[in-house]
Amino acid sequence: MKKASIIMMIGPLFLLGLFYFPLWNIMLGAPQYPDPLGMNIHIDGIRDVNEFDLKNIDGLNHYIGMRTLPKPEDMWEFSTFPLVIGGMVALGVVFGLLGYFKKVSYKWFLGWFILMSILGVLGMYDFNAWMVDYGTNLDPHAIMKLSNADGTPMTYSPPLFGRANMLNFQVTSLPSIGAWLMFVGMTLTLVAFFKGWKNRNFNAIQD
Amino acid sequence: MKKYQFQLIALIGSVLLFSGCGNQNGKGISNGALSSSNAEKVYVAPGEQDEFYAFMSGGYSGNLTVYGLPSGRMFKEIPVFSQFPTSGYGYSEETKPMLETSFGFVPWDDAHHPDISQSKGELDGRWIFINGNNTPRIARISLSTFETEEIIELPNSAGNHSSSFITENTEYVVAGTRFSVPVPQRDMPISEYKSNFKGALSFISVDPDHGHMDIKFQLMMPGFNYDLSHPGRDKSHGWFFFTTYNTEEANSLLEVNASQNDKDFIAAVNWKKIEEYVNNGGGTMMPANYAHNVYDEATHTATSTMKKEVLTVDPLKVPGAVYFLPTPKSPHGCDVDPTGQYIIGNGKLSADLTVHSFDKMIAAIEGEKFDGEAYGIPILKFEDVLAGTVKSGGLGPLHTEFDGKGNAYTTFFISSEVVKWKLGTWEVIDRKPTFYSVGHLMIPGGNSRKPFGKYVVAMNKITKDRYLPTGPELEHSAQLYDISGDKMELIYDFPTHGEPHYAAGIPAELLAPKSKKIYRLDENKHPYAVTSPDGSKVVREGNEVHVYMSMIRSHFTPDNIEGIKVGDKVYFHITNHEQDFDVPHGFAMIGQNSSELLIMPGQTKTSVWEPKQPGVWPFYCTDFCSALHQEMQGYVRVSPANSDVPLTFTLGE
Ligand SMILES: [Cu+2]
Repeated sequence: MKKASIIMMIGPLFLLGLFYFPLWNIMLGAPQYPDPLGMNIHIDGIRDVNEFDLKNIDGLNHYIGMRTLPKPEDMWEFSTFPLVIGGMVALGVVFGLLGYFKKVSYKWFLGWFILMSILGVLGMYDFNAWMVDYGTNLDPHAIMKLSNADGTPMTYSPPLFGRANMLNFQVTSLPSIGAWLMFVGMTLTLVAFFKGWKNRNFNAIQD
Repeated sequence: MKKYQFQLIALIGSVLLFSGCGNQNGKGISNGALSSSNAEKVYVAPGEQDEFYAFMSGGYSGNLTVYGLPSGRMFKEIPVFSQFPTSGYGYSEETKPMLETSFGFVPWDDAHHPDISQSKGELDGRWIFINGNNTPRIARISLSTFETEEIIELPNSAGNHSSSFITENTEYVVAGTRFSVPVPQRDMPISEYKSNFKGALSFISVDPDHGHMDIKFQLMMPGFNYDLSHPGRDKSHGWFFFTTYNTEEANSLLEVNASQNDKDFIAAVNWKKIEEYVNNGGGTMMPANYAHNVYDEATHTATSTMKKEVLTVDPLKVPGAVYFLPTPKSPHGCDVDPTGQYIIGNGKLSADLTVHSFDKMIAAIEGEKFDGEAYGIPILKFEDVLAGTVKSGGLGPLHTEFDGKGNAYTTFFISSEVVKWKLGTWEVIDRKPTFYSVGHLMIPGGNSRKPFGKYVVAMNKITKDRYLPTGPELEHSAQLYDISGDKMELIYDFPTHGEPHYAAGIPAELLAPKSKKIYRLDENKHPYAVTSPDGSKVVREGNEVHVYMSMIRSHFTPDNIEGIKVGDKVYFHITNHEQDFDVPHGFAMIGQNSSELLIMPGQTKTSVWEPKQPGVWPFYCTDFCSALHQEMQGYVRVSPANSDVPLTFTLGE
């Protein structure tokens, strides 16, 4: 149980990477942008990949009537997410500590993992909902109003994951370093759980 | 990728085809394989970039053009001494001061010899300097913005030709006088030229941090014609060498009268010695009047200041500072090899090249072996300083550069050829014809301690039949030779703009990474800049109206202005709010007695308009900046002088 608890203490710490590294990255490439434009989505706001990228993305998006990209103060998510992540890191480390001193069983580790997964899925859902809104809720006075082949108005939601063509741009949306660190950290907590589960008989005898 | 391969094959195929029907390049080689490999050497595929930058002087265009090597593609014309309506240089309020001189506004010059700044004798790619020959001036151009940043006028000079060459740590940019003149200028009979005129050699210090130029001293030499010059380097660093002609001091029909002496001189100037003399208070300050024009990148604005005195040095007051090296037949180019040992005089009216030895020169000076003097300046004995003679077999040697592998390459104007010869043995290794009448040549870094000896570019004076004819007036023609092997190979022809008298080349990797992409709006210190979208306004001060305007894809703010009156002087101060690479916007106003403006991202430029009739007058963006470029326009309402239409400015109302 000691090893499992130590892993449980380390795993959540990987989530601290989210305070420094971006969670998600969206790149927009087009023939006239040999250096693609890009945005890094951090838990506390959207930032440039290269300086002025957000300004230039906004400049292009205004043709099709998209709103400007949100500033941190424009969305409650950017103030809430850091609190949630910080809280979950603290909670995970506490679970590990309590496990180490045999105050809680390994099942709590799984509990943390499940809670984090639910929050993660909610976060992704929220993120996707924002992208759909951002890409479909367009200014009715947009300079260019384009239609799909079936006559419905064209929308411009970037993909949540992977690659898509949007007008002259090829958009690539992928998890970034922060997300990968989070996956590693969450996997570690799962490992902690399995280690605890495997040694449960030994633990029981010890107890 | 497949497409490019196909194009390459097609290109090679067409070269094979054409070379099959009569090759006109010199020796009439119709070897298809050879030609196709030459095609590959100069072929820079779509999307790929050249290996070298070449900066070619524009001669009578007054500007500097930027080319790629080996492709010969032209990238940019940099306005230097000439008004340039393409960008508004010399027309905008910010850049008009750049062309101020003691003669007033001079909107043109004859730009001759570009030279790139050096550190420890190697190209450092910070700045490029070029001389204006007609109204003596030296310009400094930034190699991060590729824009002219500074122009200094030279007093006491005329025909600023033996310029603008740089010492090996860019301590000085040096400028000599081709047409000696009375100093100070005065009303006197021309026939009294002899011994009364002077040839000033100007040593202009260059600030190592920001590049600013200042005339440290002018060496007042006898009234010869100082034709070309080069600094010593490495062992001869501290010396400067100038070719002279017309040591006869003729003032008329020079083509005969200045060619009578069997030998003219190379003047060897120990500038370190003179610098020391000047630093210790030597020299005579004399009244003068010359312009110093500086462009500030932060304010995007130039200022012109008239300077009122210049420090002159009499060469006789600094013993050991100047010597004459006899050199046959009106030498033109004066070139120093990368080791600094050999000083080459290209006697343009002879067949041979004269090479002087720096070591021998020093020995002769120390041995005081003089062969008389001219105006008190000791003349060294020709035999004592001669290192060797290149028996070229050509006619009219003009200019020599070096490949860094012990070889020199000399152009021959009269016999139209480039001759490759070996330093030290003076033997001719190879010769190749040029088409036609070649002036200077250029090897990237070929006048530094570290040449990049892969290509030589020959700049021809006569084009004739090289390209499709365009009436009596033709562009000049450059030719590219591959010099990586023992034998030179002519691989390409390309037309050049204006008349390139000389060029400077540099590996692309030294410049391309630091080429600026935009000007930062948050660093814009222009007093009339609009740096936030809501900062636009229109202000009347008497009959002057200042429009603080911003532009971004695809509108001007404001785009409707009313309350302007006939007789007003309207200043449009326009700031480009883009911060994206290669998104300029233009500005043009109907009937304006000026040029358009082309404004780079983050930059502010000002255009003056004096409306002459009441009406509603449109202006528009001249750069196809976006899909909505055609919509980028606005109107100014002009009312009669006595009207009381209020001053208003709007966007989107
Ligand atoms: Cu425009």
